[in-house]
Amino acid sequence: MHLILFLAFGAVCVGGAVNLLAQRHPINSALSLIAVMAALAGEYLLLGAEFVAAVQVIVYAGAVMVLFVFVIMLLNAGEEEHTNGSRVAVLLGVPGMLTGSVLVAWVVLRNSGTESVAIGALPGHPTEIAQLLFHDFLLPFEVTSVLILIAIMGAVVLASKPEAATGKVE
Amino acid sequence: MVPSYVPLWYYLLLSGFLFACGVAGFLIKRNIITIFMSIELMLNGVNLSFVAFAAHWHALSGQVFVFFVMVVAAAEATVGLAIIIAVYRTRETLNVDQVNLLKL
Repeated sequence: MHLILFLAFGAVCVGGAVNLLAQRHPINSALSLIAVMAALAGEYLLLGAEFVAAVQVIVYAGAVMVLFVFVIMLLNAGEEEHTNGSRVAVLLGVPGMLTGSVLVAWVVLRNSGTESVAIGALPGHPTEIAQLLFHDFLLPFEVTSVLILIAIMGAVVLASKPEAATGKVE
Repeated sequence: MVPSYVPLWYYLLLSGFLFACGVAGFLIKRNIITIFMSIELMLNGVNLSFVAFAAHWHALSGQVFVFFVMVVAAAEATVGLAIIIAVYRTRETLNVDQVNLLKL
């Protein structure tokens, strides 16, 4: 049963990832990326990581992708056009990607043992994660909050109009 | 109920495939927003292997790392999209081939 669910979510993941590459319009790519992220949340649930699955849906499929879609619509992004550079990129990128995936698959398959992941084997209860997060990883957690603060300020400064950034207000 | 198991390398294979797709999108795509989405795809692939290994080794720290990766990815997406808006404002294009001057 779990294997079937894994394969179903994995098929959605693979299809979404390939569709992201195949689509020309950024909004289609964004939608397929949302599908990938939602399917990945399902995989996390299968692995017993409920907290990560919830955060994946809320932060990734929710917040980050809304930001992406918002920027796509704000900038009125159309289909990408073909240039010389894009032809070179396809000529180099597709063999590179195939080589990369074959290499990864070869390494994984060569080292694949009989290890398997028991479903729900991990005590992924949010209480234990909170214990780790607010006790063992307290310093990184606080540093992340500073990082987010800097990111907010950087985004406001970068995205604001040039005259507003230099302080000239009419 | 019979416990069912999924081999660990299934997860690693899927994770590697997602990462390879991200790398390919980063190289192939000419639209700067799609390139950004490819980076997110790569981060997602890595997250999957983090969670799979965390489940395999019964180590919850792997899930906490995923949490941190997500936070950094969100911060990166925010700043990156702001940069994209700034580039579009001066260049009026989203094609990376046309953003060929170092000066913004």
